[in-house]
Amino acid sequence: MEFFGSLQDFVSQPWHWAVSGAAIALTLIILTWMGRSFGVSMTFKDACAIAGAGKKTPFFRMDIKDEYWRIAFVLGGLVGGIATVLFLKSPEPVAISESTISYLGSIGISYPEADAKGMGFVPTSVFNFGSIKGILLALGGGFLIGFGARYGDGCTSGHAITGLAHLQLPSLITVIGFFIGGLLMTHLLFPLLVS
Amino acid sequence: MKNISFFIVGIFFGIVMTKSEAISWFRIHEMFRFESFHMYGIIGSAVVIGAIAMWIMKKSGMKTMAGSTVGYTPMKLNIKRHLLAGTIFGLGWAITGCCPGPMYILIGNGYFIIAVVLFGAILGTYAYGRVMDKLPH
Repeated sequence: MEFFGSLQDFVSQPWHWAVSGAAIALTLIILTWMGRSFGVSMTFKDACAIAGAGKKTPFFRMDIKDEYWRIAFVLGGLVGGIATVLFLKSPEPVAISESTISYLGSIGISYPEADAKGMGFVPTSVFNFGSIKGILLALGGGFLIGFGARYGDGCTSGHAITGLAHLQLPSLITVIGFFIGGLLMTHLLFPLLVS
Repeated sequence: MKNISFFIVGIFFGIVMTKSEAISWFRIHEMFRFESFHMYGIIGSAVVIGAIAMWIMKKSGMKTMAGSTVGYTPMKLNIKRHLLAGTIFGLGWAITGCCPGPMYILIGNGYFIIAVVLFGAILGTYAYGRVMDKLPH
């Protein structure tokens, strides 16, 4: 049993980027082999369709049965998150660079050290249910993600991973857009939003 | 019952994204500040390995489990649309530090506040469906 304990400790460390990248590519390969195109943001449209948005808006009229695989996949992702917390939690908080830590300190966001041990995935000082501003930022940010993903017909998994792996020019342009928006927000707007 | 296998692949993906720290708001912020190679390494290696695999799967004429060949239906190229859509998405991505996959995985990790982001994303999708006719495509 000691072997499995050591194995668990080994896997519980944060993974090297190359291992992570290969594992994400493996997800793409398996889904492709299973005859599906890797993409997550369609689940938002599925949610609209399930809630009955198709009654008024033709865009949401779809055969939801074709989407069951995708819903199963994202629910699996959620369970994967639970499994990691239970069995494979990192001993250390997310090891971001010193310069990011000091910059975030300057705009009043504390480093995940202050968070629960081995977590620190979200700056809970900004995003928490006790903060109206945090809730509005979460809601507004989510809104932009949902709107942009459907308008561009794909998100990070659909364009930055799947589309680029298929050498698609529209995906490359969308990914360039992701960075235009991301850089604008991170460098200009976000410091104003949290100040 | 085939959906069970997609559920299992999803569990794998959830573990991968958590252990890679790609679901971390801090990693995304660091990426947009160009202060670490970590996220670029993850996305870059995933794309390179994925591209080689897709090329082999297409060239070999491999059949998928569904019996079809591996292919990709290209989207119509509209630079204005894709740049604009990408920018809107990127603004939201940099605020919340999570793209759609990580939303589900973060909720699984116990960050229930991300359910608000998920709800916002569903609202945003609905809003797109309502106004899509007025946007350049």
